[in-house]
Amino acid sequence: MTYSVIDTGDSRSFPAAHTLVQGTAANGDVIAVIGAEVGRGLARIRDREAKAAIVLELGTECLGVYTSESRGTEGSNLLGFARFRLGDAEPSNLVELVRQPNTAPAALAAAKTLFEDAGFAVAVCNDFPGRIVDRLIRPYLNAALRRLDEGLATADDMDTTLKLGLGYPEGPIALLERTGLAAHFDVTQALYEALGDAAYAPARRARVAKWRVGADRALRGQP
Amino acid sequence: MAGIRTVGVAGCGTMGAGIAIVAARAGIRTLVYDTHAEALAKARKQSEAFFAKSVERGKLKPEQVATILANLVGTTKLEDFQACDIVIEAVFEDLKVKHTLFAELNRVCPAHTLFASNTSTISITEIAGGSGRDDRFVGMHFCLPAQLMKLVEISPGLNTSEASFQAAWAFCKALGQHPVKTKDSPGFVLNYFLIPFNNDAIRLVESGVAEPAEIDKAVKGAMGYAMGPFELLDLIGMDTQLLLCEAMHGLTHEPRAACPPLVKRMIAAGRLGRKSGRGFHVYKDSKMFGA
Repeated sequence: MTYSVIDTGDSRSFPAAHTLVQGTAANGDVIAVIGAEVGRGLARIRDREAKAAIVLELGTECLGVYTSESRGTEGSNLLGFARFRLGDAEPSNLVELVRQPNTAPAALAAAKTLFEDAGFAVAVCNDFPGRIVDRLIRPYLNAALRRLDEGLATADDMDTTLKLGLGYPEGPIALLERTGLAAHFDVTQALYEALGDAAYAPARRARVAKWRVGADRALRGQP
Repeated sequence: MAGIRTVGVAGCGTMGAGIAIVAARAGIRTLVYDTHAEALAKARKQSEAFFAKSVERGKLKPEQVATILANLVGTTKLEDFQACDIVIEAVFEDLKVKHTLFAELNRVCPAHTLFASNTSTISITEIAGGSGRDDRFVGMHFCLPAQLMKLVEISPGLNTSEASFQAAWAFCKALGQHPVKTKDSPGFVLNYFLIPFNNDAIRLVESGVAEPAEIDKAVKGAMGYAMGPFELLDLIGMDTQLLLCEAMHGLTHEPRAACPPLVKRMIAAGRLGRKSGRGFHVYKDSKMFGA
């Protein structure tokens, strides 16, 4: 199976050189469109139906934005994907592969092969805001920030409890400090708007961090 | 800790037996109380098997184990706890049951005996309120399996004296455990976060976001967790998850703590988890398969 990559720039999944992006064919059986402007990249593909699969890098938007939707029967050879990444941290080795109700099984298999051959763990999900990981962990991280405010335990004790008690490699507060509270605000705000569930409403400390990013920019005279 | 020479563990279930192993292993005389002699006998066998493995693995010498086991004594008489400097309660999660036990212990134990509860969800202040010595009462929540997990959440009740808290903290460290201080709040830290997190994962399945095996793979791959939420839920068991949810939601009324309907359907279908051979995954010959 050959594949091609259309890079529209500013990819969150591939911010640095990666073998998957480098080793591409001129007109592959599978097309990966990466970057922040995948809609434009998609428009450049001719004979879309002839491709084994086309995978579009997603941000917080749903795949349906690019495919249109139809009474729950949507699905084609177009799939979405994102390498999971927490804020400013390096992208993880996990690719969330987004399908629709009637996504062609052959297209799903081809897309999965593309990423697995590049060494990624691939988790398949349906087309929902936050996909799997953000949808699952953001309420937990919000709760940790809220309970820190409420004095349930110190940040260190909270982190230690979850590391020793559940074997997590990192506690929630240390994780947010490492990857950016303002980035947590951005993701939770988007999920809160999409899902309307209070569990996703950005926690106070994330709001403060976001506000401080804006204030710092203003102090430096940046827009 | 200097004053703690004898520990009493009340309740000889999985948690109580594990806590007793931790205390005896630390070289402290440990009395284990249960109303059922057969429960004591079963725990004794499990303890002997555990320490035999410790010898096999070179962690303990046979003569050390002999001393430890001589220090580990079961009893069906609560009066024997009159010798205890600290009593750790690990009985059924029912406030009335705990109040009855502690009222009796208050009669039996000397004034200096510190009382501790291993409750995972009930308020320490509420339990202490029925103990007759709420100033000498702390929460001391060990993790399952206690004999392997180092973490202990120590929580003061509203009337716990600083001296009692410090004594419990020092005792915990002397056991070789890792104490953390938490507020007297439902679920403390561990269960406060774990129960809703697992419920959230179940709701992703209910909502059709992804299959359990895919969610497990995603969480392990993205977060580096040793187990996915459904692998952990299958270990916990759906029946236990339901009880945990009912306790937590009953206390907090937080929507994330409410038990997802799928758990009740799985219980009705006999899909309890590892213990029944099928939960969110299917288990055969100890190997795990995506359901």
